[in-house]
Amino acid sequence: MSTEASGSGGASTATTPPMIKATAADKYFGDLHVLKDINLEVPRGQVVVVLGPSGSGKSTLCRAINRLEPINSGTIEVDGEPLPAEGKALAALRADVGMVFQQFNLFSHKSIIENVTLGPVKVRRVSQSEARTTAMELLERVGIADQAEKYPAQLSGGQQQRAAIARALAMKPKVMLFDEPTSALDPEMVQEVLDTMTSLADEGMTMVVVTHEMGFARRAAHRVLFMADGEVVEDSTPQDFFSNPKTDRAKDFLGKILTH
Amino acid sequence: MFDFLTEYDILGAFWVTVQLTVYSAIGSLIWGTILAGMRVSPVPVMRAFGTAYVNIVRNIPLTLVIIAMSLGLYQTLNVALGGNTITATNFRLAILGFVLYTSTFVCESLRSGINTVPVGQAEAARALGLGFGQVLRMIVLPQAFRSVIGPLTSVLIALTKNTTVASTIGVAEASLLMSEMTENESDVIGLVFMIFAMGFVILTLPVGLLLGRVAKKAAVKR
Repeated sequence: MSTEASGSGGASTATTPPMIKATAADKYFGDLHVLKDINLEVPRGQVVVVLGPSGSGKSTLCRAINRLEPINSGTIEVDGEPLPAEGKALAALRADVGMVFQQFNLFSHKSIIENVTLGPVKVRRVSQSEARTTAMELLERVGIADQAEKYPAQLSGGQQQRAAIARALAMKPKVMLFDEPTSALDPEMVQEVLDTMTSLADEGMTMVVVTHEMGFARRAAHRVLFMADGEVVEDSTPQDFFSNPKTDRAKDFLGKILTH
Repeated sequence: MFDFLTEYDILGAFWVTVQLTVYSAIGSLIWGTILAGMRVSPVPVMRAFGTAYVNIVRNIPLTLVIIAMSLGLYQTLNVALGGNTITATNFRLAILGFVLYTSTFVCESLRSGINTVPVGQAEAARALGLGFGQVLRMIVLPQAFRSVIGPLTSVLIALTKNTTVASTIGVAEASLLMSEMTENESDVIGLVFMIFAMGFVILTLPVGLLLGRVAKKAAVKR
């Protein structure tokens, strides 16, 4: 398949490496071939939305980019660096890759502000007071500064997810991965999280977003990857994908989700 | 009827029991936490050591462990643990034995606590760039500890009562005094038993009640 960026947001030049590059990446869960020969380049500043039916491998692809799921063969590079094996180098790389999870995964025994300052203080060795200032700015930005001293269980799902986004941003990441960030939310809370993500996209953050939110894909994405059975089946702009899907799998998928 | 009590230092004997319990509890908590860390570590050698240690030590009767400290460590290998007198040495050997033994139960309680922490907590911490040790220390263990305060209380109570085994190597704790008193005061043997039984209940009951409250307060809300 084509590896060139087909979106409009790519700001890459010939001299800088793509932010994310996967070459012939394969991943198995036992006998199940979940990622099949994935080749992908994501230039700086591009917002890529990954769509596909459940079990298509889109979450696995997202998690493979910071090696929460190690691939079995092939290579994945982030900002020109191949993913190292588990250890200090991998931890350093992960610090530059922000990740937002479906289940938020805020640290339950720490307050929101502690969640946001933990990474900068313990990984980046930023002073506690500086980390706090930055954290409050970020919480302000995602609209939950008044919840800073509360614990995750005291917040609504939407607030927790925005706190999780602030926690990831506090590390000043080069790229942000979103693994179904709105799938565990009540419908009325989806929009507040999508708004936060859209503003992030507008600021030029490189983003890989696994989602079922077609509205977000249309509005904020530069590029849509459609996955089925572990393969990237379509790689196009949102406009092309939604109005003119090329494969039967994509037509079938869109037919099911857009008619209800 | 209680006149004979003045001839014995019951409080002193229970004070030795308390000391044995406190030192052993602290040591067991530390060594047990390290063992639990080994058992969940990604390094196969550490995992194997942790598993082998726990499965061997917790299946040896405590009396044997304590006697091995005295016969094996001290009398054969001359390890006195810095004790100047035989009393001090036996006291330290007993504590070492209790730590080696009780830590296996601390380790297993903690490990079940670690299993109650959702895997996403560790994943989120790793995704921030924290290393294995940091994830364990800052995220997983604090939550695991809070969920196993109940089981650890049972371990602590068992340890308090297990300190009676130290009498086998001559540590002058409560049960050694009890044996002496049952010999000398055979006419009030029932009373002697009652006094010592009550003594242990007085030691363990408040600890259990207090830690039960702490467990409720510390529980992590999800």
